[in-house]
Amino acid sequence: MIRLERRKEPSTFWRVANPFLAVILTMLAGGMMFVALGKDPVTAIRLIFFDPIFSAQFGSYSRPQLLIKSAPLILIAVGLAIGFKANIWNIGAEGQYIMGALFGAGVALAFFPLQGWYIFPLMILAGAFGGFLWAMIPAILKTRFNTNEILVSLLLVYVAERILAAMALGLMRNPDQPGFPGSRDLRRYESAHNAELIAGTGLHWGVVAALVAVIFAYVMMTRHMLGFHVRLAGQAPRAARFAGVAPARLVVICLGIAGALAGLAGMFEVSGPGGQVRIEFAVGYGFTAIIVAFLGRLHPIGIVLAGLLLGLTYIGGELAQMMLGLPSASIQVFQGMLLFFLLALDFQTNYRIRLREEVRR
Amino acid sequence: MTAPLLQIEGVSKAYPGVQANADISFQIGEGQLHALLGENGAGKSTLVKIIYGLVKPDTGRMVLRSEAFAPASPSEARRAGVAMVFQHFSLFDALDVAENVALGMENPPPLRDLAQRIRTVSEEYGLPLDPNRRVGDLSAGERQRVEIVRCLLQDPKLLIMDEPTSVLTPQEVEILFKTLRKLAQEGTSILYISHKLDEIRALCDEATILRGGRKIATCDPREKTARELAELMVGQVLHPPERDARARGDVVLQVDELSLNSNHPFGTSLKGINLKLHAGEILGIAGVAGNGQDELLLMLSGELRAPKRAVTLKGQPIGHLGPGSRRKLGLVAAPEERLGHAAAPDMSLTENALLSGASRKRLTRNGFIDWRGADRFAREIIARFDVRTPGTQVLARALSGGNLQKFVIGREIEMNPDVIIVNQPTWGVDAAAAATIRQALVALAAQGAGVLVISQDLDELLEIADSFAALNEGRLTRVRSAKGLTVEEIGLMMGGAGDMHVAHEASA
Amino acid sequence: MILGSINPAVLLAALMVAATPILLAAIGELVVEKSGVLNLGVEGMMIIGAVTGFVIAVNTSSALVGFIGAALGGMVLSLLFALLTQVLMTNHVASGLALTLFGLGLSALIGQGYVGVTPPRTPKLDLGWLSEIPFLGRALFSHDIMVYLTIALVAGVWLFLSHTRAGMILRAVGENHDAAHALGYHVKRVRTLAIMFGGACAGLGGAYLSLIRVPQWTEGMTVGAGWIALALVVFASWRPWRAMAGAYLFGGVVVLQLNLQAAGVRIPVEYLSMSPYLITIMVLAIISSGKARGSLNAPGSLNRPFHASN
Repeated sequence: MIRLERRKEPSTFWRVANPFLAVILTMLAGGMMFVALGKDPVTAIRLIFFDPIFSAQFGSYSRPQLLIKSAPLILIAVGLAIGFKANIWNIGAEGQYIMGALFGAGVALAFFPLQGWYIFPLMILAGAFGGFLWAMIPAILKTRFNTNEILVSLLLVYVAERILAAMALGLMRNPDQPGFPGSRDLRRYESAHNAELIAGTGLHWGVVAALVAVIFAYVMMTRHMLGFHVRLAGQAPRAARFAGVAPARLVVICLGIAGALAGLAGMFEVSGPGGQVRIEFAVGYGFTAIIVAFLGRLHPIGIVLAGLLLGLTYIGGELAQMMLGLPSASIQVFQGMLLFFLLALDFQTNYRIRLREEVRR
Repeated sequence: MTAPLLQIEGVSKAYPGVQANADISFQIGEGQLHALLGENGAGKSTLVKIIYGLVKPDTGRMVLRSEAFAPASPSEARRAGVAMVFQHFSLFDALDVAENVALGMENPPPLRDLAQRIRTVSEEYGLPLDPNRRVGDLSAGERQRVEIVRCLLQDPKLLIMDEPTSVLTPQEVEILFKTLRKLAQEGTSILYISHKLDEIRALCDEATILRGGRKIATCDPREKTARELAELMVGQVLHPPERDARARGDVVLQVDELSLNSNHPFGTSLKGINLKLHAGEILGIAGVAGNGQDELLLMLSGELRAPKRAVTLKGQPIGHLGPGSRRKLGLVAAPEERLGHAAAPDMSLTENALLSGASRKRLTRNGFIDWRGADRFAREIIARFDVRTPGTQVLARALSGGNLQKFVIGREIEMNPDVIIVNQPTWGVDAAAAATIRQALVALAAQGAGVLVISQDLDELLEIADSFAALNEGRLTRVRSAKGLTVEEIGLMMGGAGDMHVAHEASA
Repeated sequence: MILGSINPAVLLAALMVAATPILLAAIGELVVEKSGVLNLGVEGMMIIGAVTGFVIAVNTSSALVGFIGAALGGMVLSLLFALLTQVLMTNHVASGLALTLFGLGLSALIGQGYVGVTPPRTPKLDLGWLSEIPFLGRALFSHDIMVYLTIALVAGVWLFLSHTRAGMILRAVGENHDAAHALGYHVKRVRTLAIMFGGACAGLGGAYLSLIRVPQWTEGMTVGAGWIALALVVFASWRPWRAMAGAYLFGGVVVLQLNLQAAGVRIPVEYLSMSPYLITIMVLAIISSGKARGSLNAPGSLNRPFHASN
């Protein structure tokens, strides 16, 4: 008979090992999926996970892309992880990301065609504020009306997408090219352009911001009382109240941080790699970041690694699409499987499997 | 009386480190109202669980109506004619009365017939119940009726009632007693578990008294005085405490005419609480579980907010302040539930030291945590209170109950508070740890702190308290000096309506 | 004026069609939540249902077979959730999200060859003279069979929950799993069955979108319908008939908004089309703020992990 037995202390070994194990299992299951699609699994896995970095042929294009794709994922996931630690489930980062982009682009377009050093910093502030503002809707509804933040934050993604479309087609549309949807290209507006800091590396201000956010989150979670209260509230809400933590304040802080970081990610994207406000601007970083947060064990350093890995799957996915005609959706499946395997494996962290043999008489 | 209904012979049950039951033998006659009397930890609940099939005894046997009786599960016990009303009800709030009854029956009839039978039976026994009402909307007393009716519909031969009156108003107690007497007359035996002496003397034909897992006596409670019963229950060591009145300081904590609703839908609201705690005083608050102890602690610790001026600390109004601010001002608390309330189960001892120690032990600077300091603090607690643990990185939930309790109480004492509030400081704690904790509280008072101990353990309060009060349905009795207080008076304050019972006693 | 150009009978008919997919998903989730489980994977199960139903219907040329396949598809995906939460004791929220993300990807993969294909028609239920009744005939009695089956399903769930012993046990498990366990009921078995039912319903709801309402397959075509269904369960205070009322109300908003778009009201389309989401959020806030009413009715053990200690 198989029995689950709760461990006295969660196993540290499995906590660290499970993400790696999940990646391996995902590769195996993904390989089977590729076989089912009639593709060579070894080639496909190689194209997705190795060639973007190591191949001489594609590397020069792909390597800078790694930072470009991973930075927003890490930036958003770091914020989400803080909330998840406190059992505050903001799953609408995609919406906060869009709003950050719109606020940031809005500032830029308002100043156009003025040039000035102050424009980009203002855009950063506006981007963070836009995401923050959007996250405050679920936060305030939660603290004032006890409304479920999961549903509200998620539903607001659809609202944000509609606002994005309205902006791309209306207010922010490029007046010089009225025939095309979409705003001016911010990459051609020097003061607003989030350009590469070192040519050919993909390193832009968003990457810097992601690094700062990771360090900030690491310090906050390990050295600061606020981080301690976040963990306490997530693990033992009554003990948190005993310690003097005000739950409503924590909701506002956690959602606010996550919103601001997602907003920043959106702003850096729209002013750099994305370039303009378009209907297709949002590609699901906000949702993939949830997987990044979990795969990174809600730990800032883990999130960096997980963000790089999932960034890689985006690039590798494009590569495999180009070379093998692999459907783009298969990467999404891949990412979903990763989360499944991770969750499934995690029971080992808290439970021990006991095989109990029936006593023979 | 003819052959007994249930015979218990030499039943023993040991848990790691505790002999819960040791060679217990007694019998319950047909139609008898039999009391099982004892303090917390005397072994009553283990014995009852054995009879109801929830626990298997290590040794000993039981005979029910001349047949060997060893139920392996509650449903087996139910089929044999044993029914039980739990102290904490096993009811479903969102379901109606009839559904709740049906869910607890082996073979329930269709709901419409059942509703009719519930009406009939409940009225027959003077426990009127509307089968269509939602259980969540019922009072505690009505909820208990649901459990009782659920039992009665299965025609039990033996009905076990675990502390049934702890949730009832005096009027409801009267109704319950009438019902139980009627049931006994009809031949149903009742095993009535309590530590309320008056109730047992008023209701039961026979009482078996347990102490420390052993049977002390079986007697007719109506022939004993409350004092005699109390002494049997708590042991001969029980003497009114001889204590020099300590030098009392100024009032450090004061509560004025405070009424407060519980934060829990089935909690007890506090009603008109008045108390004064002096520096150097240990005030013991006795009472049966669920009479507002949790609420009193939450209100004093700051987790439940009160009107600003209703609570004052050293003359400063603190009613509106939360736990963090009160702690800074010198008031600390240790709630009853160790895991999940006083301590975070999945955090290390260092983190748990930080949990409440941050401000008073200055473990943060500008919000940044001094982990080394926190670890040092945890080590101090461990050393001074003899907490048995391999180190400070161990998770709180890995510690034994006694060790964790020493850690939690120690943490609060080490903060040098002006006032400390503790609820059930030694509940479920081994004797050695309990002694350490009590000693520490006495020492803290000797240093000039005000100590308020909420406890259901009479022994404990007698040992350390300078003054007494009792909580009863959210009301606090007058505070009186421990000096010269008789055991009888303590029992009465604890078990009943305090001063009213004195009058009743005098006339009897 | 503008509103005058809208035919109320057509509006009513369209409203019922718009409401049906969400209602299907919501009634399934209602049963799941009544058993004490919060499955946030409704959106994923819906879209899997949409694609499997579509693919099977196209290949068998039978919409009916498609619907059966959709129910099975949703159920299979929900079993994954049951495995995670009931056997492996994972976090419900994370598992539900995983289900949604995975479902969205997998559906796109399955449906890649089917974009632009027209599915077989679902037969209209012939109600004879009823459909001839002026106004009512057009509004109520000339729908496809799924609209009526959905109403029957709501009635069935209501009957099951409030009038059968099995339904009572399900509610008991959701209300207080510890007490139910103590009384000898199999908490995990009951919950697994409920999760499967929820999956099947969500699958049907998705197939209704791809086979009847749109009718076409496009990636991510559920656009939040699953999440709205989750909100609907809260709105309904876990009561089947109220879920239906809510779904129809919601359908009304959608249809009105579409009609306003078509009538060329001078509000940009994007703002009109966000109104259903905004209204859902507003209604959620209003429902949950009335603490006494809404939350009292929530199943007591909802979203609390259960692990029998012995």
